[in-house]
Amino acid sequence: MTYDPNYETVIGLEVHAQMVTRSKIFCGCSTTFGAEPNQQVCPVCAAFPGVLPVLNSELVSMAIKTGLAIQGSIRTRSEFARKNYFYPDLPAGYQISQFELPIIEHGQLHIVTDDGVRKRIGITRIHMEVDAGKSVHEGIQGASWIDLNRTGTPLLEIVSEPDLRSAQEAGEYLKKLRSILRYLQVCDGNMEEGSFRCDANVSVRKLGQTAFGTRTELKNLNSIRNVMRAIEYEAERQIDSLESGGRIVQETRLWDANQNTSRPMRGKEEAHDYRYFPEPDLPPLVIAQERIDTIARQLPELPDAKAERYRNDLGLSEYDAGVLTSSREMAMFFEETVSRGAQPKAAANWISVELLGRLNRGGMEIEQSKVTPEQLGRLLALMQNNEISGKMAKQIFDIMFESGGDPDTIVQEHGFKQVSDTAAIAAIVDQVLADNPLQVQQYREGKTKVMGFLVGQIMKATQGKANPASVNAILQEKLSG
Amino acid sequence: MDPTQLSLVQAHAWLSSRQISARELTAAFLERIDRLNPRINAYITVDREGAMAAAQRADDRFRNGTATPLTGIPIGVKDLFCTENLTTTCGSKMLARFRPPYESTVTRKLKEAGAVILGKTNMDEFAMGSSNETSFFGPVRNPWDTERIPGGSSGGSAAALAARMAMATIGSDTGGSIRQPAALTGLTGLKPTYGRISRFGMIAFASSLDQAGPMTWTAEDAAIMLRVLAGHDPKDSTSIQAEVPDYVNTLVNRLDGLRIGIPEEYFPDSLDRETRHALEEAQQVLRDLGASMVSVSLPHTRYAIPTYYIIAPAEASSNLARYDGIRFGYRCEDPKDLKDLYTRTRSEGFGAEVKRRIMLGTYVLSSGYYDAYYRKAQKVRRLIARDFQDVYTGVDLLLTPTTPGTAFPLGEKKDDPVAMYLSDIFTINVNLAGLPGLSLPCGRDHQGLPIGMQLIAPVLKEERLLAAAHAFQSATPWHQRKPEL
Repeated sequence: MTYDPNYETVIGLEVHAQMVTRSKIFCGCSTTFGAEPNQQVCPVCAAFPGVLPVLNSELVSMAIKTGLAIQGSIRTRSEFARKNYFYPDLPAGYQISQFELPIIEHGQLHIVTDDGVRKRIGITRIHMEVDAGKSVHEGIQGASWIDLNRTGTPLLEIVSEPDLRSAQEAGEYLKKLRSILRYLQVCDGNMEEGSFRCDANVSVRKLGQTAFGTRTELKNLNSIRNVMRAIEYEAERQIDSLESGGRIVQETRLWDANQNTSRPMRGKEEAHDYRYFPEPDLPPLVIAQERIDTIARQLPELPDAKAERYRNDLGLSEYDAGVLTSSREMAMFFEETVSRGAQPKAAANWISVELLGRLNRGGMEIEQSKVTPEQLGRLLALMQNNEISGKMAKQIFDIMFESGGDPDTIVQEHGFKQVSDTAAIAAIVDQVLADNPLQVQQYREGKTKVMGFLVGQIMKATQGKANPASVNAILQEKLSG
Repeated sequence: MDPTQLSLVQAHAWLSSRQISARELTAAFLERIDRLNPRINAYITVDREGAMAAAQRADDRFRNGTATPLTGIPIGVKDLFCTENLTTTCGSKMLARFRPPYESTVTRKLKEAGAVILGKTNMDEFAMGSSNETSFFGPVRNPWDTERIPGGSSGGSAAALAARMAMATIGSDTGGSIRQPAALTGLTGLKPTYGRISRFGMIAFASSLDQAGPMTWTAEDAAIMLRVLAGHDPKDSTSIQAEVPDYVNTLVNRLDGLRIGIPEEYFPDSLDRETRHALEEAQQVLRDLGASMVSVSLPHTRYAIPTYYIIAPAEASSNLARYDGIRFGYRCEDPKDLKDLYTRTRSEGFGAEVKRRIMLGTYVLSSGYYDAYYRKAQKVRRLIARDFQDVYTGVDLLLTPTTPGTAFPLGEKKDDPVAMYLSDIFTINVNLAGLPGLSLPCGRDHQGLPIGMQLIAPVLKEERLLAAAHAFQSATPWHQRKPEL
């Protein structure tokens, strides 16, 4: 799709990230996904009369962690508020959220744009809030099912500044944000299960115009791909509308991934007055500076810092460093491989080319790899010690990838051991030279190209197990002798 | 002597010396409830089986030496404290058949102390009212004159106790709902500091104002009750983390050196003449006990009613959103769709006063009105609290009338909400400031109806209230007067 070059798209994203606390935000119910309907519900999360919320302290720690990771400022005094609206899967008739005083403000993260430029994306605020339950309309006539298992699941709502200028940038922002949350181990980032959800605010304006255009809010974007497609569609729709003399109506639109289109949403979200006011059942949340300091000290190394270290200390390329830090699992795989004796550059290469190539073809994630970093590290060490050739290593790796297994065992079982014994190689070289006098003659007359043929004969005689470097050295010596 | 006429302290002595068993005592109260409740309508639910079983356990505790001062004491509980498997109506059609699967912290503590819960007392619907006339279960009658109201919203708890259908009762107080009915029925009613007693399991009216408290015949009985009920509760994040003193040990008979402030704003020209006179006599009693009276001013007093009637309905409009007919409580017949389900469930399930306050609250929180009403009310609330902080630099307690007059006839203010709201004019600011307040009887009018006076203390100084009230009761007969029934 091509944009009208006279327009630019302005995008701000609101992400709802479910935090992986063991229990719900205000009660002791489990947060495990996939339980039978209404099996993880108690009087508190079902909002029975007289019950009261008690804030999950683990959630506060996760919010602080996230705030530090995006370099936000953490309010030592924040406040909960009620957002009032009626809906059957919202048991209290209000959502406990944060409104005027959120826990985190003024953060940022960096993305790399299409033309390779590093760009800062502001994060306006992050606040804690409670998730609603689910209404299920399938399988029942004239009524709906209500499942309250998700009710009370803790969320962080992460609101970006309108700093994004294209669907690609939005996609990069979401990938980076999700990666940070996964590094912190506060959110599993699973968009299909709804643990990482995104709404997009989109507007367009003529290039050079400083005022924002009227925005629309896009919902029902359940993958990064859908976020990008929906933004592209919406930008085009808005530009078409303006170009044909129309104007943009501020509204919420639902994305339909099957039809590749969006339509205005009607119902609960429209023109709602949420009547926010401070939650009287929870005192203001006061966080001691020491708690923030303690969490700051325990913060893991985050993707940007890691990539920088990979470039500067391990000599990796910008591209490899980017690939290997794109997820916590990937970085852990790489670091574990290196710790087993592999050279960093070789490890980076093998992971990003051999392993990811095969995984991508199979539509798999690195967590699903049969090859463990220990095994890859050992394989690369065998190669570096000349015990196997590079060619063997790839064959062994194929077996490891398909069936799993330890490289030493595979080397033994399949007889992959490289011959580096000089005397043994010399004997074979002698034999090959004796068998091919014509080629020896040609070489000595200056046709050095036949060297390749002779090496091939030697490798054939050793079934490929001879160390190529040794073969070359010995052959050279004998031919020039 | 009829055991239903004993104070809590006396009954404990009888039980300890085996002069009476807990079962006999409970049976005597149940018999009295059977006889009097049809006239007074103080109880919505009487739990005969539960009470007798609790009395049996109480007798066991006296035998095995684990009895507490509340063991075997028959108590009535306002019907907004959730009691596990015992119907909890909140005075509303909405919850007429609601049986909670959990126990409020207040009733759990009573049960753990061995108290016998006789039943659940009548109240204004969702605690919204000052006369107990908004109850879905019919009005409560004042035992002093059954053609008059007992006050509200804890009218059932007041009438049950005044008629000796319980030895002590539990009420809740959002704008005066313990103190006002205590005053109108001749009882001692204590509203502790906000957060002193857990709100867990207490059905919310206005969360930032609601506070549970005991209603008793004497300050000494109130001290015993508060000792059991007070304390931090991990289930209520707004409950205060502070030591609970032994309120009985701090009771005194003399008040030497105590400085009592008399706020001029609480003695307007419109104050009932007999109430004014009773308060003047009470001041003389307190002086005789060694206290000194100091004139003080609380300049923001007159904003009490408007401030309260913004904040309380705002919170209520949100707190009552959960009554939607979906998970528990009343549900309309044959809803056509979701909107119909909501509209009819709530239209049919709530009474007029509750609806009025939901509408008020929804309005003041609405976009465009929030700053003018809710935010401004919160600012005024802070000014009202500061008034009290300022005067407590010079006095230890405040003394005011509890109500502008004595119990009024049933129906008199029922259709005049503003007149009804004004009957809480002296009690509301105590809730807005989160302070402890206590009402105790200090006289009678020409018809023999009780007159109450209110003592107000700084935050967490309940022992000061109880000590002053106890000293006053040691020197006066008012708390011993009983209605003839």
